[in-house]
Amino acid sequence: MTEHQEYLDFMYSVLEQHNKGGLVLSETTELVADIGLSSLEVMEFVEKIEDQFDISIPLNILPDVNTLGDFARKLDELDS
Amino acid sequence: MLFEKFEYMAEFQAELDAQHVVPFGAITEKILSATEAVVSGRKVILAGTNNYLGLSFDPRCISAAQEAAGKWGTGTTGSRLANGSFIEHETLESELAAFYGVNHAIIFTTGFAATMGMCATLAGPGEVILLDADSHASIYAGAQLSGAEIIRFKHNDPEDLAKRLRRLGERTSQTLIVVEGIYSMLGDKAPLQDIVAVKQEYGGSLFVDEAHSMGVLGTHGRGAVEAAGIENEVDFIAGTFSKSLGATGGYCVSRHPELETIRYCIRSYIFTASSSPMIVAATREALQILQSEPGLRRKLWDNTDRLYSGLRALGLSVGTSPSPVVAVTLEDRSQAISCWSALMEAGVYVNLVVPPASPSTNFLLRNSVSAAHSSAQIDTIIAAYARLVDAGLIDVEQVA
Repeated sequence: MTEHQEYLDFMYSVLEQHNKGGLVLSETTELVADIGLSSLEVMEFVEKIEDQFDISIPLNILPDVNTLGDFARKLDELDS
Repeated sequence: MLFEKFEYMAEFQAELDAQHVVPFGAITEKILSATEAVVSGRKVILAGTNNYLGLSFDPRCISAAQEAAGKWGTGTTGSRLANGSFIEHETLESELAAFYGVNHAIIFTTGFAATMGMCATLAGPGEVILLDADSHASIYAGAQLSGAEIIRFKHNDPEDLAKRLRRLGERTSQTLIVVEGIYSMLGDKAPLQDIVAVKQEYGGSLFVDEAHSMGVLGTHGRGAVEAAGIENEVDFIAGTFSKSLGATGGYCVSRHPELETIRYCIRSYIFTASSSPMIVAATREALQILQSEPGLRRKLWDNTDRLYSGLRALGLSVGTSPSPVVAVTLEDRSQAISCWSALMEAGVYVNLVVPPASPSTNFLLRNSVSAAHSSAQIDTIIAAYARLVDAGLIDVEQVA
């Protein structure tokens, strides 16, 4: 089972290329409001996580995801 | 306040207004033929219509519609569940089923209603819809309405589909896999044989939307499934009457008798007025012509090869293989708008496609070829693009 922090660390590493504002990424960082990902970039981000952790992420969870912490918690639920 | 979330659209509209360009909702003031019209005050060749076989102006289809209007009136004024099932609707369903060599067919008032309705009904809560990432909006809409888990797989990637099916394990028996025959924006074809191989290994039910491939592919024009030789492996085929058949409406066919069982469970079927009988009559005639005149499909592909080769020879980014949908890909929005406008001034109407309709962040000048185009018209379209290159509006090094 993947650790919650593993998900977060991977997300931070992927998002650095989009982090034009040089924010310190954390669980409370918002994908759209803070980093400014477009809808297409969100889907590409999801794909990278799926490939890294060999999981399928249903699109249904995305409306409940604002922050990286939200996303990591959803991934924890999927993993369990 | 509800409109605040549409500020991006207002900004885009302002950009278009500033350039005096109307690529969306351009008004067709006069239709001259299946391939020519007066659009926004200008006579143009129609190169963005999905009228693949040119049947929207076939005199036989028009005559059938006129006769049906005289006989049945202008509309049914009811849904198929209530008073809107006329013998014409039932007959078209039988003819579609016979065309596909199956026993079951349902027709819908639009193609959107067909694919949305089927996807919304076939899978439900606790079940899974596995859809190609480039699926049409109607498929995404239906998937959302279904309540099923929605998982995307990478576009045209059977290996990625296999990975996701593997992860589902036994749940594949409750999984609907959704793909298209030809994808609407880039015109690329699904690798259906490979997809079927994956389905056979892991399980699942396969739904193929043939909106842009019916009438276009296959020895008999049945579409990508026929062309791939996998008709016995596909559970549901959906399509539209608004492209190769030149009318409006949609359908789903299946060899499963349960299609009949769910007919009155499909909300986009029961909660909307049925097709006008004149549309059904025109569609029936078009379906007969599609079957009896395979030369139309040959002409379509002759025109396709001519346009694709001509644009490719100019150095434009038009995808890896010919298709009746030929999209020129650009990276810059302003450039795409300027090119669309210049093509209109040159007398060529194409579709301008922007994200999210475009499957990536790129912009498309989307051309669709018709069997009704003459070779001279295809050459005029190519020449118009050549002028864009010569004028520096498209630098072939800049395209994606």
